[in-house]
Amino acid sequence: MVEWTDFERATIQGIFDKMEYEVVGPAALCRCLVVYPWTQRYFGNFGNLYNAAAILANPLVAKHGTTILHGLDRALKNMDNIKATYAELSVLHSEKLHVDPDNFKLLSDCLTIVVAAKMGADFTPDVQAAFQKFLSVVVSALGRQYH
Amino acid sequence: MLSKKEKELIAEICGKLTPVAEDIGSDALLRMFATFPGTKTYFSHLDISPRSPHLLSHGKKIVLAIAEGAKDISQLAVSLGPLQTFHAYQLRIVPTNFKILSHCMLVTIACHMGDDFTPVAHAAMDKYLSAFAAVLAEKYR
Repeated sequence: MVEWTDFERATIQGIFDKMEYEVVGPAALCRCLVVYPWTQRYFGNFGNLYNAAAILANPLVAKHGTTILHGLDRALKNMDNIKATYAELSVLHSEKLHVDPDNFKLLSDCLTIVVAAKMGADFTPDVQAAFQKFLSVVVSALGRQYH
Repeated sequence: MLSKKEKELIAEICGKLTPVAEDIGSDALLRMFATFPGTKTYFSHLDISPRSPHLLSHGKKIVLAIAEGAKDISQLAVSLGPLQTFHAYQLRIVPTNFKILSHCMLVTIACHMGDDFTPVAHAAMDKYLSAFAAVLAEKYR
């Protein structure tokens, strides 16, 4: 089981409390598709992903980005049992979506950078450490049911 | 493969970082130490507390080397020769750590530039830092 300090719980909750899901979610997914273009392989039916401008303007990408970010709410509400919370989603990503779990880390890195850009100097090293710890637990849980 | 546009973006960003090399470099290092504590093992001989002279000078060195390399990316293998030797034979830092520091540099740049650090700029910097790290590790074996 993952141990969380009071600082970590408060910090992570604070970031999500202030989060504009409809801005940050799409921004993170767009960034992932632009910076790591091979991730586009999972979005064949999303229409035009031809260049950065197209990706940033694509409404399906925006909607999905928001969905993914809201998916993190589950971990936030169940910080003491993230592994079990994501068991079903892990099976989905493995058996149905066939997503290489290495890609979860790429998306989480992009999300970190989007949050950093929004928070500026408030995204201190300690805040970053807490946020990345949270994301790495989520990433690990999502990859857990692959076999 | 870096396009002409990407090289321009990289040069532009490095130009913004050079005057504040100390702040950027020390910030990236502090982020790395906080998020990836294993990296501190390479610094047991230095004082790496925030704003310490060691941290500031070390951060500055790293950022200036990265900015210098950006001036002629096609010549990285030549310009990084001495640093390659240093990292391979003296420092012997496990090369996976280069990726970790690169990530923390990108986070620092994002905090510094906000929305100006667009996805396209981010992609260009990530590619450059990966190339830089790969060249740096070339003499390891």
